[in-house]
Amino acid sequence: MIQFAVRRIILSIPILLIVATLIFFLMRTMPGGPAVAVLGDYATKEAIEALEKQMGLDRPLGVQYADFLGSLVRGDLGKSIINGRPIAPEVGRVLPYTLQLAFSSLLLGIILGIPMGVFTALRRNAFFDYFGRTLSLAGVSIPTFFMGILLMLLFSIQLDLFPVMGAGDSSDLRDTLYHLFLPTLTLGLMMTAYITRTTRSAMLNVLQEEYVRTARAKGLPERIVIYGHALRNAFIPIISFIGVYAIILIGNSILVEIVFSRPGLGKMMIGAIKQRDYITLQSVMVVYASLVVFINLLIDLSYGLIDPRVKYE
Amino acid sequence: MSNTRILEEGKGKLWRTFKKNKTALVGTAIIIIVIAVAILAPWISPHDPLEQNMVHRLKPPDRTYPLGTDEYGRDVLSRVLWGTRVSLSVGILSILFGLVVGTAMGAVAGYKGAIVGSIIMRMVDVLLSFPVLISGILVVAILGPGMDKLILTMGIVFAPRFARLAYGPTLVVKEREYVDSARIIGVSNLRILTHYLFPNIFGGILVAGTLWVGTAILTEASLSFLGLGVSPPTPTWGNMIKSGIDRLTTAPWLSIFPGLSILTTVLAINMIGDGLRDITDPKLRI
Repeated sequence: MIQFAVRRIILSIPILLIVATLIFFLMRTMPGGPAVAVLGDYATKEAIEALEKQMGLDRPLGVQYADFLGSLVRGDLGKSIINGRPIAPEVGRVLPYTLQLAFSSLLLGIILGIPMGVFTALRRNAFFDYFGRTLSLAGVSIPTFFMGILLMLLFSIQLDLFPVMGAGDSSDLRDTLYHLFLPTLTLGLMMTAYITRTTRSAMLNVLQEEYVRTARAKGLPERIVIYGHALRNAFIPIISFIGVYAIILIGNSILVEIVFSRPGLGKMMIGAIKQRDYITLQSVMVVYASLVVFINLLIDLSYGLIDPRVKYE
Repeated sequence: MSNTRILEEGKGKLWRTFKKNKTALVGTAIIIIVIAVAILAPWISPHDPLEQNMVHRLKPPDRTYPLGTDEYGRDVLSRVLWGTRVSLSVGILSILFGLVVGTAMGAVAGYKGAIVGSIIMRMVDVLLSFPVLISGILVVAILGPGMDKLILTMGIVFAPRFARLAYGPTLVVKEREYVDSARIIGVSNLRILTHYLFPNIFGGILVAGTLWVGTAILTEASLSFLGLGVSPPTPTWGNMIKSGIDRLTTAPWLSIFPGLSILTTVLAINMIGDGLRDITDPKLRI
């Protein structure tokens, strides 16, 4: 297990390297170059040259690339073009907000989605199944930001139960949770819809297997057949899809952070685009890439915990 | 390989099973209406979607303005109808662009195999592991806003998905005897790709592509909502919601109606998708 984990972590490095390289070179393909992107199309040649010198863009591309990778290895994400402040501490400040939101939403999705998926599969074609399927289909079709707006209209504006914006005082747990509720509900309901659909179809597949029939035939209580035999086997596809959904969730968290004006990586990234701060944008992208690679790693490692047949070789 | 199954089951049988699936039928009916609205927008819109009328600004829904007016006094209904046109065409065109580029990539990777194939597919896998929205934001940040650039951006984002989809069937089809025979009688690689491979792998790709139009519409709406998509005054559902968000308390209709339009359209496409999945996966057939 440990050997596999180490090898899997080492394997993640080239993937991260490819993505970081891709992001670095894509940023250099901006029309007119990053300096023009910052200063605008009407900037004088001197101003552009001065900024390029300041940003180190006048150096050969290879040197810039080596410098970029070297800094990344040291955990240095560069300095913002706009205010000159180092980016890494700012990422460190906002990342917990994004992780809080992602983790709580995923948890809500799992807590609601798996039981709903199991119930709808067990009551196939009954009222509850149709109801659950319609809701989950609507859940995967609704734009995240629209869902956020609807929940905000209902809970914050009509009922005045939750705050409209912000993340609250991070040192006060109650205030943090109070501010986290609606954003979590927005993303969590979307996750619930995805996970319900996956669990339902995984359960339907497993329930037709012979070992389920055998378990029933030998007179095991239905509860043990469903949770001990069927659901346990359905977990492998469910877990791998939860990994895919967690990555979709990271993407959608950007929208939720904007709707609820929450600090976070997404808000930082959109701010960087609006201010044409391409170094911040580049750094935030690398952080997102690392998150995606990390989630994939976690999913791979979790297989063995659920299914003892999976051998880490 | 459920998509190739669709082709093998035969079109007649597919249609007969499809007709029995109510979810898919309702979805299809809604999509036909949405497409009709997009085509007929200039004729069925009660007002000019861009015409400003400051006297009637921010009016709630009434008989003259069934869905109300926005902050410039423009008719929300007309903007939603015209928005259908923009959102749907961005969705369809970007998927078409992604389909052409991605299928070519996947087919070449599968057909050529060896080093070229594995380099292309490793890149595709890395790109695929990223959320559509984040890749979209990155590309659009580089290209800049605007409808043409948005279509290009989303095409680039969706291309790896089509490449993955084309790759598998290409590996299967290229081993078939008729491809061997073609190669032996000296048919060029390009002709084999266009005349022998594509017709055989295209059905499944087209089905998936149609369903991804829903995802493309959601992505366009999200990018426009973030201010990175089609810029106002051209109405799209996404930018209409964005411009309405600051007036949620006083004029919620500004965001609600475009939001419902996205929901209805994407829901209908997903209903068709679910229907097709039920048909192609007999284990889950209802």
